[in-house]
Amino acid sequence: MFINFFYMLKAHGVPVSITEWMMLMEALGRGMALSSLSAFYYLARAVLVKSETYYDRYDLAFAGYFKGIETPLELTEKVLQWLEKALPPRLISLAERKQFENWDLDELRRQLEERLREQQGEHHGGGKWIGTGGTSPFGHSGYHPAGVRIGGESVNKSAVKVAAERNFRGFRTDETIGVRQFELALRRLRQLSSKVEGPEEELDLDETIQETADKGGLLHLAWARSRKNTVKVVLIMDSGGSMVPHLRICSRLFTAIHRPSHFKDLRFLYFHNCIYQHIYLDAACRIDSALRTEDFLRMLGPDYKAIFLGDASMAPSELIMPGGAIDWYYNNDEPGINWLRRIAGHFSHAVWLNPIPAAYWDRTEGTFTINMIREVFPMFELTVEGLEKAAKKLQVRK
Amino acid sequence: MQEQNAFFCGTEDYIASEELQNSVNVAVSLGRPLLIKGEPGTGKTMLARSIADGLGKELLIWNIKSTIKAKDGLYIYDTVQRLYDSQFGDHDVSDIRHYIKMGKIGEAFLSDERVVLLIDEIDKADIEFPNDLLWELDIMTFDIPETGETVRAKHRPIVIITSNAEKELPDAFLRRCIFHYIAFPDAAMMTRIVRVHHPDLQQKLLEEAMDAFYWIRGIAGLQKKPSTSELLDWVQALVVGGISPEKIARELPFLGVLIKKDQDFNALLQRLQHPDAPKRTTGAGILRNW
Repeated sequence: MFINFFYMLKAHGVPVSITEWMMLMEALGRGMALSSLSAFYYLARAVLVKSETYYDRYDLAFAGYFKGIETPLELTEKVLQWLEKALPPRLISLAERKQFENWDLDELRRQLEERLREQQGEHHGGGKWIGTGGTSPFGHSGYHPAGVRIGGESVNKSAVKVAAERNFRGFRTDETIGVRQFELALRRLRQLSSKVEGPEEELDLDETIQETADKGGLLHLAWARSRKNTVKVVLIMDSGGSMVPHLRICSRLFTAIHRPSHFKDLRFLYFHNCIYQHIYLDAACRIDSALRTEDFLRMLGPDYKAIFLGDASMAPSELIMPGGAIDWYYNNDEPGINWLRRIAGHFSHAVWLNPIPAAYWDRTEGTFTINMIREVFPMFELTVEGLEKAAKKLQVRK
Repeated sequence: MQEQNAFFCGTEDYIASEELQNSVNVAVSLGRPLLIKGEPGTGKTMLARSIADGLGKELLIWNIKSTIKAKDGLYIYDTVQRLYDSQFGDHDVSDIRHYIKMGKIGEAFLSDERVVLLIDEIDKADIEFPNDLLWELDIMTFDIPETGETVRAKHRPIVIITSNAEKELPDAFLRRCIFHYIAFPDAAMMTRIVRVHHPDLQQKLLEEAMDAFYWIRGIAGLQKKPSTSELLDWVQALVVGGISPEKIARELPFLGVLIKKDQDFNALLQRLQHPDAPKRTTGAGILRNW
């Protein structure tokens, strides 16, 4: 039963397994869907989907499988945009109502699909096109007794309608989201070791036996330290002007990393567009907070995991020319790319996080410098998935 | 299962959406653990209490902490105590059973009636924690190797597990659960929830408070959006403080109850000075009251 729905879910990337499918069959066998599509929607979601991040995909699959009951989803989205600028609801007199008396649902659906194919833009009022406040059968706030309402208000929502609303679109992991998810991804970065300081609170059995035996059978308990994360991280951030649009997402990453939870040591450093002979201790990148890059490399051992955060977009001269630094008072004897290579050579684990989505790396203004920097550092986009990949990368040596 | 017909429909002091009721009933009737996620403050923990009340069952709460191991939930064998006792010889140490204490899962299994077992904030524990419980929650038995006994559940407990998504839960564990994500309640639902907790609330005060609350939640970029429990606290504060409804929109009193972070407070102040907040005068009045 519904076996194609199972494959539909798989096709949409919802990880469903046979175990869960059998569980759903068991529930259906007990009549728990109450023979209603909306009860089935919630039942199947509760049993099959195990994370809110997949709710959206589930909705898509559901809407796809049970379509024919409603308008096709992909078309609806476009049409919804046309309907955003609405006319006030239209009031209809009895006489006017007469002309709408003959209608047929199949005919209507056929017309809608036809209309969807033909119509190119938004439309309000009138009697044919999809729009608002008119007498065409398609749209909302208008009048047609058999009209197909698209968007707007509804009282008794059908399941397909609920699915089509895609209320959980915001939870998809491939979109950029909050602090907590970043933290989650960062937790992959752990290296447990018991060789750090901390209270001794675990019973050390071997030692206890040894010491008790040494004392001629008089019980002596030995305690050991529990294991702690020993990972050291340095986050090096671009604070230049081109980063301003990405401030919010960067501050989330910053907060996630900053939670005093899991790293043994954590340093923050800043640069402006590219790193030269100085690196800065505060985001303003003023010369009084500058640290010589050589000293910085000497201070932090190669065992620090280096995370760069920047859009890597700049004028090519900033990267490849001596004296190409963006600040007019700043003069660099060596091109920035050399400094980047030097830093990359120093740390045994380093990644570059870019708030610009990976899909645009080949098309944005900064393509040239992005590609150059990508040759030096493994670059990942700043999304939860990107960060997870980056964390994985940081686990293994380059 | 003999308790098929016990259906959960929320309780007097806990409003559960229809979806949530469905999920609970599915989990109860299939005998599977129910995993609850949701924004902080949407009543995940309260749900278990409400299920216990609604179905007339006893509630056992197992609060998970970062140091807890899965075995602690089954039983604890107090070796250290036994060693000490053997040293001084003032207890009978030959019977290991004296040193076996049941954990919460053990208690739930041994209970004479079906109980509701809440495993609260499972994500606080180590990443491997849920995997270590798989078998026990599936088969509802566990062995105590020290005594050679097997503990078998007299009645399959109703297991409610909450998670704040601090850690990703293992797939094998998820496959065995019923999952429900508590979505943030809409205004109508929220009004019902507040009404349940403050039945005598002035209508005007409630409306103003709800307006202000959803306005604050709507501000883009808040790091910690105020949630249901904060709204309830806020309404309580407004009532106790004797704040008049007119004053709420103008001054947003006791804002500290809703907003917990400095950055969020600053973001809010900025929005207040913005022209699209016509109802509210300036941020100055709010600062005074904060």
